[in-house]
Amino acid sequence: MSEPGPTTATRGDLSDPAARKSLMTDVERVPGAAKPDPILKVDNIVRQFGGMTAVDVGHLEVQRGLITALIGPNGAGKTTFFNLITGFDRPTSAGQGAHWSFDGRTLDKTSASAVAKSGMVRTFQLTKALSRMTVIENMMLGAQNQAGENLFKSLIRPIWHHQEKEIEAKADELLDRFKLLEKKHDYAGSLSGGQRKLLEMARALMSDPKMIMLDEPMAGVNPALTQSLLGHIQSLRDEGMTVLFVEHDMHVVRHISDWVVVMAEGRVVAEGAADTVMSDPAVIDAYLGAHHDTDLGDDALLTDEAIEQLAEEVAEEAHRDEEKDGGKR
Amino acid sequence: MSRHAAHGRTVGRGVTGLILGLLVTPLVMLLGTTSAYADDEGDTPAAASCLPKPDEVGCISGTLGSRADPIADADVTLTKPDGTTETQTTGDDGKFSFTITEDGEYLVGVDPETLPDGFEVRPPPANLRGPDGELKVQATVGGLRAANLEIRSADYDPSTSNWEEISQSGFNGLRLGLLLALASVGLSLIYGTTGLSNFAHAEQVTLGGMLAYLFVNQQGMPLLVGGLLVLVLCGFTGWFQDRVLWQPLRRRGLGLTQMMIVTIGLSLAIQYGYQFFVGSRTVRVIVDNPTVTSFGPITTTNQSLAAMVISAVVLAGVGFALLRTRIGRATRAVSDNPALAQASGIDTDKVIRLVWTVAMALAGLSGILYALVTNGIKWDTGLQILLLLFAAVTLGGLGTAFGALVGSLVIGFVVEMSPLLPFVPGDFKYAAALLILIVVLLVRPQGLLGKAQRVG
Amino acid sequence: MDEIQQILNSMMSSATGPQTAAVAIAVIGLNIHFGYTGLLNIGQSAFMLLGAYGFAITIKEGIPALGIEPLGFAALVAGVIVGMGLAFIFALILGVPTLKLRGDYLAIVTISAAEIVRYIGRSVGYETLFGLTGGAQGIPGSQYRAPFTDLSPLGNGNSTLLEFNYTDVADGAVWVRLVGWVIGIAIIAAIVHVARGRAGLTGTPKRVAIAGLSVLALVVLLFLAPVNNQNTGVNGWFVTIVAWCVAAISTVVVLFLVKSPWGRALRGVREDEDAMRSLGKNVFAIKMQALVIGGLFGAVGGMLYVLPATVQPDSMGRSLTFFCYTALLLGGAATIWGPILGSIIFFAGRIMIIGISNTYFDGFMSSQESSQFAFIVVGVVLMLLVIFRPQGILGDKRELRFNV
Repeated sequence: MSEPGPTTATRGDLSDPAARKSLMTDVERVPGAAKPDPILKVDNIVRQFGGMTAVDVGHLEVQRGLITALIGPNGAGKTTFFNLITGFDRPTSAGQGAHWSFDGRTLDKTSASAVAKSGMVRTFQLTKALSRMTVIENMMLGAQNQAGENLFKSLIRPIWHHQEKEIEAKADELLDRFKLLEKKHDYAGSLSGGQRKLLEMARALMSDPKMIMLDEPMAGVNPALTQSLLGHIQSLRDEGMTVLFVEHDMHVVRHISDWVVVMAEGRVVAEGAADTVMSDPAVIDAYLGAHHDTDLGDDALLTDEAIEQLAEEVAEEAHRDEEKDGGKR
Repeated sequence: MSRHAAHGRTVGRGVTGLILGLLVTPLVMLLGTTSAYADDEGDTPAAASCLPKPDEVGCISGTLGSRADPIADADVTLTKPDGTTETQTTGDDGKFSFTITEDGEYLVGVDPETLPDGFEVRPPPANLRGPDGELKVQATVGGLRAANLEIRSADYDPSTSNWEEISQSGFNGLRLGLLLALASVGLSLIYGTTGLSNFAHAEQVTLGGMLAYLFVNQQGMPLLVGGLLVLVLCGFTGWFQDRVLWQPLRRRGLGLTQMMIVTIGLSLAIQYGYQFFVGSRTVRVIVDNPTVTSFGPITTTNQSLAAMVISAVVLAGVGFALLRTRIGRATRAVSDNPALAQASGIDTDKVIRLVWTVAMALAGLSGILYALVTNGIKWDTGLQILLLLFAAVTLGGLGTAFGALVGSLVIGFVVEMSPLLPFVPGDFKYAAALLILIVVLLVRPQGLLGKAQRVG
Repeated sequence: MDEIQQILNSMMSSATGPQTAAVAIAVIGLNIHFGYTGLLNIGQSAFMLLGAYGFAITIKEGIPALGIEPLGFAALVAGVIVGMGLAFIFALILGVPTLKLRGDYLAIVTISAAEIVRYIGRSVGYETLFGLTGGAQGIPGSQYRAPFTDLSPLGNGNSTLLEFNYTDVADGAVWVRLVGWVIGIAIIAAIVHVARGRAGLTGTPKRVAIAGLSVLALVVLLFLAPVNNQNTGVNGWFVTIVAWCVAAISTVVVLFLVKSPWGRALRGVREDEDAMRSLGKNVFAIKMQALVIGGLFGAVGGMLYVLPATVQPDSMGRSLTFFCYTALLLGGAATIWGPILGSIIFFAGRIMIIGISNTYFDGFMSSQESSQFAFIVVGVVLMLLVIFRPQGILGDKRELRFNV
């Protein structure tokens, strides 16, 4: 469609901000723009609830190796969109032109677990920590291709014992990195909201995903943790992972994302770099118009709203902290 | 933390209260029954039941009619291999039991003259049919053989056509469907508003019949007065249950699975409570034999007709209330989305309390009518129809009141009409209804009227 | 005192009886369903009934097509295989339509399917079927028990466990028994003390201490309430020993299973299916495996349940499933030893209630009524357990604080 993008070899080191910027300079600032090296491609995904259209995305590409933020007002369909592409929901348009592929693999008929196996792992807006299991058990469930998860092999310990040790070592490493190692043997249900977010992210990383999809990773996280969470997300990108995340707080978005996709009323209304996209008239329209079009029939709305408000407050605080920190430096 | 403890105490008091209630209510019933035991009508002793002894005697026994609806005072004749005969008259429980002393092929038949009006023996399958339509039984000494003679209500006219059989069964199906609907609408509303599958619901149906027996049969109240009193009492048990048990448990945040197990325990306790205090016999609300009327090919009793009219009117009333009244709309709103309903100013606790009250009153009504129509009620009557209720509710779509109505009618027809199919024996009719449930779940898990996205 | 001794003796023989072990095995299966995976199977009795039918009918009739004679050793082996096969197929039939739906659908379908199995079992409509199942009367044990009892190495005669018991000390004087009970209760108190970690023991020493004390407690209890049985008879020591050995093996198998990554996946599914999907686990397959495995344990339990009895569909109906739940919740769901402890306490407790009400409330209740009274108590206990002590005797209370 557009000119051929730089190959993986010439892409160079994406941990360098300049390299990332130059990679995306030639991408058009329009919804559905083609990317140099898309890892995720989505076509014609429509999801209707009753008569209401929650998601209607014509075309969208997500660039490999960058942090892409998905923003939009309440009820814009961001979470529904996440659910659709990760196999947790089926598009109404399934079989009628809905196509999406990840890293060259078509996902049209793939189940949620197979999507995760293919390397696209997600987290949830309301964290799904496995409460009555310990932190380390939570982590170890994240590992893929465990021989011991086969019913017949599970009875013979020598088959999986060695792998189990490896997985545990890897889990320890991740827990250490996410400052959860002390809680290793605590029940996940006893963690604070923010720690659960961290746990969920660490658990997702156990599978060595190619792309991680974070649904509001900052919601409910206390300000002290927000900063380290942002740092983790950036370091994931620097290690070569693709990150797609849903967020409300524009400060956070501007701070870490390389590319921003704006959704409103189920559609992608704008795309662009973080610093420019907010001045796009379509985006301003979307945000200003949002409260007039709030649909009370949407079940998810009530809880969403409460959580978002909380998230905004927290993020606000976090930002203030961040500025303070910056001043000190 | 202290709030939790407080809840714990409330629940504790509630549960103690409930258990007290559980024990006291039937105690009252017991007092009623023991005082009136003597004048319990028609308590003729059943034929002495036979016990097989190895190398000495064998037995051929069976029951006329169903367990819930036995046929008493009918003459059953046993023709022995040597041609001699022996006759027994069935007791109140419909049972007969012959003792035999040699192996061989026996014939068991029923004297049609002694059957109640409008009933006949269903001819046994050809390979088991004796020369005069009796049932062949291969019996051995030391063994116990069942002689299952099926009794069906039909005209005496031997030329009963298929069409007549179909319309009679269809009518019976409609009757059963309406009675089931009374109970299942409540079950569905409870599920819709609280998410709870109440396994003790059918015990409320039994309660209706049992209380009616107590008031009308034992205390001699007029049927109408006694019936109304039963309705009020049943409604009260619903209110009381929610007050002392379900609401505190909801507040305490007990999981739905756990609550479901609580209902299972409650159902077990109540069932055996009936057995303990009332006994395991079938009790009747009215002792006179019902008057039979027939129109066209259909024969029925006046009680059945009245029961059907009452159920239809009440169901229409409930439907109207749900659709047109403020509280009905609130109920449906809570059913649809409790969080949204609460946010829009509906007092969900009040709605749920009302739903429990009404649901239990409806179940009680269903029990009274069931006892009248099927000639009595037993401790496990509810148990037998519980699964039909669940099948009806699931068939219609969990949590949709109107779905439960449609589902009940379908289940009623299936139960009554499936034995008409040549390959379905009479004792498979409940199984057929449950099989339909499983098939529906395979093809349309949300039920007939359910919304697709509820499942998931 | 003699009355108390009588009640204690019957409690003991019920607690150690083969049917208690058989139910314990079914409860072990139910524990995999409900305790570990969170599957609300209310049809465990149907798995037991199918296992029993497959077992009894195969032995009774043999498999002519394979040249297996009735009542032979081959028929016994084939019977076990057929019984488990039926349970396997039943689990698949139940699982396919329901495991992708919300939990309550499984509950409704399992209880309905269990009733269908029972209705079919007691049906007299089809002559061939009736010939196999014997309708509501069922299949008497005498028609299939022989190949099992033939295996007994114990020979004829009676044995008492313990041979050396209270009657041998001072002619079973009251003080001997009282002292014995004080010692017995002290040992049990010691077990609780150690188990709660108050004795300062952890890890292997703690386990060894608990195991040792438990054996000691069993010996003391058998000393105080000895059990006398035939060696090989209907309810004899042979079937008792086999049943308890199978229960022990089942417990060990479950121990291995749940401590493995597979068991971890089961608990993950219990906690949150969506989270498990997002981690790339095939939730449907895990649930199906759990349903099948638990069902197979149910089938084995059913076979042992009918060995000293008859295959009677009505005695293996909903009530049996509810007993299984009560026993499971009593012992502690999602614990290794909970099913066995729960079953023993359940059956001993039931006999105790019946015994006490027969002995001391003779004027108030007939013997039939006291057994009904016991059922009422079972129902109330089930409710109270779920409400006030959902973790049962062995469960970890900490786990329940995060109950969702």
